[in-house]
Amino acid sequence: MTQHLPLLPILLPLLAGALLLFSSEARHGRRALFALLATLAQVVVALALFAATHAPSFSPWPGEIGVYALGDWAAPFGIVLVVDRLTALMLTLTATLGLAALIYALARWERAGSHFLPLFQFLLMGLNGAFLTGDLFNLFVFFEVLLAASYGLALHGSGAPRVKAGLHYIAVNLVASLVFLIAAALIYGVAGTLNMAELALRLPQLDADARALFEIGALLLGIVFLVKAGAWPLNFWLPATYATATAPVAGIFAILTKVGVYALLRFSILFGQDVAPAPFKGDWLFYCGLATIAVGTLGVLAAQKLDRLAGFLVVISSGTLLAAFGFTGTTLTGPALYYLASSVLGSGAFFMLIELAERNRAATADFLAISFDAFGVQAQADSEHPDETAGVVIPAAMAFLGLAFFSCAVVLTGLPPLSGFVAKFALLKAVIAAPPAAPTLHAGLLFAALLLSGLAGLIALSRLGIRVFWDSERPTPRLQWLEAGPVAALILLCILLAFGAGPAMHYFDAAAGSLHDPATYIDAVLPGSRGMP
Amino acid sequence: MEIVFSLAIGVMAGSGIYLLLRPRTFQVIMGLSLLSYAVNLFIFGMGRLRTGATPVIDATRGADPALYADPVPQALVLTAIVIGFAVTALLLVVLLAARGLSGTDHVDGREAERE
Repeated sequence: MTQHLPLLPILLPLLAGALLLFSSEARHGRRALFALLATLAQVVVALALFAATHAPSFSPWPGEIGVYALGDWAAPFGIVLVVDRLTALMLTLTATLGLAALIYALARWERAGSHFLPLFQFLLMGLNGAFLTGDLFNLFVFFEVLLAASYGLALHGSGAPRVKAGLHYIAVNLVASLVFLIAAALIYGVAGTLNMAELALRLPQLDADARALFEIGALLLGIVFLVKAGAWPLNFWLPATYATATAPVAGIFAILTKVGVYALLRFSILFGQDVAPAPFKGDWLFYCGLATIAVGTLGVLAAQKLDRLAGFLVVISSGTLLAAFGFTGTTLTGPALYYLASSVLGSGAFFMLIELAERNRAATADFLAISFDAFGVQAQADSEHPDETAGVVIPAAMAFLGLAFFSCAVVLTGLPPLSGFVAKFALLKAVIAAPPAAPTLHAGLLFAALLLSGLAGLIALSRLGIRVFWDSERPTPRLQWLEAGPVAALILLCILLAFGAGPAMHYFDAAAGSLHDPATYIDAVLPGSRGMP
Repeated sequence: MEIVFSLAIGVMAGSGIYLLLRPRTFQVIMGLSLLSYAVNLFIFGMGRLRTGATPVIDATRGADPALYADPVPQALVLTAIVIGFAVTALLLVVLLAARGLSGTDHVDGREAERE
């Protein structure tokens, strides 16, 4: 039974989503419970995989890396799912953030439009699949699954700004998908395989002509991943989409850009740093990341509203990751993975928090009233489900919001004492230690970019925080436990990540170590293939 | 055959990109459709162009791979067509919603200012 574990993160949300499609929206209590159980099960499965990759005694497979051949067809012919430490980490992050966003949505957002719960499950399926898959075309398919679900979720709640931003988001991602197809076809046409491990083996054997075509394919592939990761200049769709999406959706979207980052990292290491084509190679990626940080920093300073600010903070975190992965040497990968975990949890909490803090803003309230009205959701106490919609006034609602805002700001800008600081500190430490192996110019630039982007984030967050929280005109928002709970839980996870920084960093370094040893990955997927012509 | 095939892809991709950059939502969706046809043909072409070769092994012909067309790109193109079709349909719905909400078919939801 346990050897089928890697399949469950795809199968569970698929079945749950399909079943939810068939149940009537009117029974939302039962549907909510079902969706909650399905997501909870995914958390358990993700944790089991996490344990299996970390401690070999738990693991159902021999060796560090778990390979699941669908239908038991061996690797280059069949489709494989591959679980290594990085995959298990991403799966755990997805499931945790998904659970938090789902609980938050159940408070009321789920009913602001139709089919929220099934779409949410399909989004989780796409994310899990993209992290698990071991071949290029299935990566495309899972990208499409998660994008199709994200289109629906981005438009959830409707309204003119959402439809406008959604239109741009869909158009950009459709073009990116077409480019992905060209890239996949080109790579298949040249290398004759779509399996990622076999691709890595075939790459050094290509002759010059084929190699040129392969580089074009890889270039296009890199562009697609950079679009998904929100790298400048391919990220103009990002802030508007994230700012207009409803709070729980924006919360789960916090991990969407990390799919692009994950794919870039996976391919750049499999292709091998010295033979990797341009967009996957050091310098190129490094400067792209720096430009992204710069644009994100300017955007953060210019943002007049918290939701746009949060969008640009996501851009900065993508830029930081790209620059760290593009940096010469491998010492930055472990700290960068720690930064990834901390920033996903922090920005997820922040997106959900913003909506709570800004709930009473007149414009949003009117707009919401219309969309809730259209779907028959009553903002006031509902006789049928009194405890779900009435909202308990937490006595210290404002204190909670203030504290949560402060914690998120500290995590996202990298100030002590929370996980953001540990992440940035570890990154800076690795950057300082890098020369002379890496160019001093690069180290200096990255050092400055990390510190300046943190400073800009801090300035912008305190300016907008003052406007939101030190405004006596503003009535105290009413919080529901269902909404405050997930935000608090995500922040708590950031605190735990900071307290357990030692063991956590150990794990992330181990993940980076096994990642930078592509031979184990290839051996696990294609046993005994190396050395063969 | 190769010349005609590549010209078809080139013309469709070129027109698709031109339309994609136009300001009307209808032009954008037509551009995306043309582009996806070009991409589908391209994937198909990556299996090398063959006439009279089937992708499925036939008992009477034997198992020599040289007698058959590459089945993988054909499977890929099928998946790509289905996904592209579904997502384009979804975009069409969003276009209609945008048209209804903003009262214009400009991609930015408002007319560009004229000189």
